[in-house]
This record gives sequence, C-alpha cells and structure tokens, in this order.
Amino acid sequence: MVHKLKRYWFLFQELVKRDFTKKYKRTILGMAWSILSPLINLLVMWLVFSNLFGNNVDHYAIYLFAGQLVFSYFSDATNLGMNSLVANAGIFTKVNVPKYLFLFSQNVSSLINFGLTLLIFFGFVAFDGIPFTWKLLCLLFPVACLIVFNLGLGLILSALFVFFRDMQYLWGIMTQLLMWLSAVFYTIDSYTYTVQCMFLLNPIYLYIRYFRKIVIEGTIPTVQFHILAMAYALIVFGVGAYMYRKYNHEFLYYV
Amino acid sequence: MKTVLKVDHVSISYKIGDFRDIGLKEWTMRHLKKNYHVETFLAVNDVTFELKEGDLLGIVGANGAGKSTLLKALSGVMEPRSGVIERYGSVAALLELGSGFDGDLTVRENAFLRGAMLGYTKEFMENTYSQIMDFSELAPFENRPFKQLSTGMQSRLAFAIASLVQPEILILDEVLSVGDGAFQEKSEKKMREIIQNGAATIFVSHSLDQIREMCNVVLWLDRGRQIAYGDTREVCDRYEAYLAGKGIA
Repeated sequence: MVHKLKRYWFLFQELVKRDFTKKYKRTILGMAWSILSPLINLLVMWLVFSNLFGNNVDHYAIYLFAGQLVFSYFSDATNLGMNSLVANAGIFTKVNVPKYLFLFSQNVSSLINFGLTLLIFFGFVAFDGIPFTWKLLCLLFPVACLIVFNLGLGLILSALFVFFRDMQYLWGIMTQLLMWLSAVFYTIDSYTYTVQCMFLLNPIYLYIRYFRKIVIEGTIPTVQFHILAMAYALIVFGVGAYMYRKYNHEFLYYV
Repeated sequence: MKTVLKVDHVSISYKIGDFRDIGLKEWTMRHLKKNYHVETFLAVNDVTFELKEGDLLGIVGANGAGKSTLLKALSGVMEPRSGVIERYGSVAALLELGSGFDGDLTVRENAFLRGAMLGYTKEFMENTYSQIMDFSELAPFENRPFKQLSTGMQSRLAFAIASLVQPEILILDEVLSVGDGAFQEKSEKKMREIIQNGAATIFVSHSLDQIREMCNVVLWLDRGRQIAYGDTREVCDRYEAYLAGKGIA
C-alpha cells in the first residue's frame, strides 16, 4: 500500500509538472494571464453592475469578487478537467495506471490559480477596509468542499466526455446557465423566501454565499448550512468515484 | 521451476458498433428510435497457457489474431470478459513504445514522465538518468522538445527507459527491433540480458526466425482462437506450413 502510494505519488508529480509546463508553455506571461483574465472580467462586471446593484449592497466590489472567485475556479476546474481522460488516452490504453490521476493533476493548476486569485481577493478585502478576524479561517471549510466538489464533478464529466463527445458544448452551456443562477453579480433579496431557499439547491451559490457571509457579514453560517455544503461535495465525489470504478475498463473501447 | 503466470480459459472482447464519437443528442435519438447497435467482438477466445520462471514465450499469428489484445489483458490495461489471469510477481509491459510521449515536453521531462508511468521511483530515475542518456545516445538533445526527435530517436529513448525494468514478467510487443542497425544490435543484446536475469518473457513478433532462435514455447493465435501452444519447433513448423498456404493442420 505504502509502496503503491509512493509509486503513484511520483507519477502524480510528473503529471502535474507536465500539465503546468504545457499550460503555460514556459512563459511568465502565460501564468500572469490566467490570473489577469478573471480580474479583467471582474473589472468589467464592476463597471457595468456597480451602478445597478452597488447602492443596495455593502462592499459591492467584494461581493462581486467573492462570486467571481468561486465561480471561475468551478468553471475552470470542470471545463479543463473534462478533457483529462480523453487527452491521456494514449497513456492509459498502453500502461496500467490509475486513471483518476490525470484529472487530479489537471485540477492542481486550477487550484493554484484559485489560490493566487484568493490572495488578490484578500488584498481587495483589506483595501476595502474590512477587518481581518479569526473567522476568515472558516473559509477553509468552503474551500475544502469546493475542491472535493470540483474533483467529483470533474470525474463525472471526464467520464461522460469519453462516451459523449458533445459534452463539451453541453457543459459550456450548463456553466453559462449556472453562472446566471449563482447570483454572482446580483442579490437575491428581492425574491420571496421560497425562491431564496431554492437558490441553495445550487451548490455553487451555496459556496459563494458562505464566502460572503464570512467576509462581508462576519457571521458564521448555521450547522445545517455546513452539512449541506459538505453533502453536495461528498455526493458528487461519490458519484464520480463510482463511475470511475464501474467504467474503469470500459473507457478503453471509446477512445 | 516456479509458475509466474497462469492464463486460464481467457476470453477478451471489444465493443464495436455505432457508439464511437456520437454525442449525447445522437445517442438519445438512436435509443428513442431503437436504432442503437453495439456488438461485442471476441478478440481473444478461450486461451489457456502457463508460464514458468525463465520461460520465453513467443506469440505468433496473422494481423487481427488478438495478440496485442492478449498482451493488454496480461498487463492489466484490459480486463478479460471471462477466464482468469493470475500473476505471481510484478509485470512490466512495453506496448507500442513510441506512443504516450508528449511532443511539447523536453526529452528529459519525457524520460521522467515515462519512468513514473512504468512505476520507477524518483530516486531510481535520478540515479539512472545519465545511464538512459548514454544508452539512447540522446544526451546532446536532452533539452529539446520531444517532437523534434526523429522516430528512431524517440523509440531509442523509449527502449532505454523501458529496458531498466527488472520484472518477474516482461511483456514485449515487437520492440526488439528498435532504431538503426547499430542500435538494433545493442537493444537486442540488452533484451537478452534482461531475459537471462530470470524474468519470464512474452513477446510478439512477426519474425519467425527471431522466435525460433529465442523462444522455448510458442503460442499460435488465429482470429482469437488458440490454434497451438507448445514446443517452439513444432508450433513454428506448423505455423510456417500454414503460412505457405496449406491451411491449419
């Protein structure tokens, strides 16, 4: 077991290195760009929407950034992760290696992007005059949930993409729709209570909401809120893991 | 002699049909119209053999006989549909050596990635890297993108890394003939060294001369079925007669 873990740890490291080198093509600008692009996105959204919503929402820039931060990590990780099985077909059809490693390594670069953007986010938070308290440590919880959720969804999507090659377009549309439903730039205050509760059915909204509660409102969400956040992540990851187990030897026929 | 590999009535199937490259929309439509056809195709049909320590098994057969499929199942990449494969020891499979490299990475990066795939440790790769470069004669190119190498150079690297293995069971898919004349000799010598170190070896080759010279047992497959298994001379003679157009005797 230890030997196996050690063996695959080395492979995992090499895969991460490969994905990184390929993604940034050995340029510093490549890396800067992947952080710059969500920031530019943020700037444009802020310019457009701050007049509309800015007056009713405290710290609107932070409100927007929190949404954008979580959402772009989600979108980045799932859309890139989807490709991870198909792109590595040349390897797993020749060598017997655990196939989830490809997805996990792919997710590392998304996670690093997220981490860097998160640092900038804290810079904005400080700049906006929001005090740093110990409660910020609670953010580790939604981040952990988000990582597991993204990995799980990545497993599901990458498996589906092997079977259905139009998943990429379908998921592109889904991501777009989810963006509108995640209240990235608007507030849900004007909806009825029932509708507001329905927003919690969207895991991404839930994670964004957690961020905003902690950072802007300085309150820790309820226990139920935590359970729901964790349940989403674990269920999605469970489904993904199940698919990989079940189809482990089937993927080969479809690539 | 210790048995290292048992293959017991193994059948391996492929799925064929219209499922490839159709999208979710098309898939749903075809299911609705009951126009979705998937068939399973038996690439290997009821194969049984046993391998002992130091054995050198050659697999012969025409194209499409199921040789590569069988090797894939032995290495664990594919799963048999029925039957049992029991391995007593580590397996290293060198299938289609040239593939699986990444053209955008350098020779060095590819060497490490490949080593990791084959299950080597990091320390092992760091220690043997110079040896790999020496053997493949690629040291001057180590920082070049892999795609700039010629095909021969690519397979030289693949062979150099793969030949470091010391498995109990070694599976080779026509990799004995790698590179140009000089390298071919070198790689064959290296291969013999590994084989002599006690590994049980399975290899597929279209060169009957090579099989006759190296193997002590031969398995003959034809369209997935096991035609013969046994002593090299006997099976090779029958296979040669078959190739000469006399049919399966």
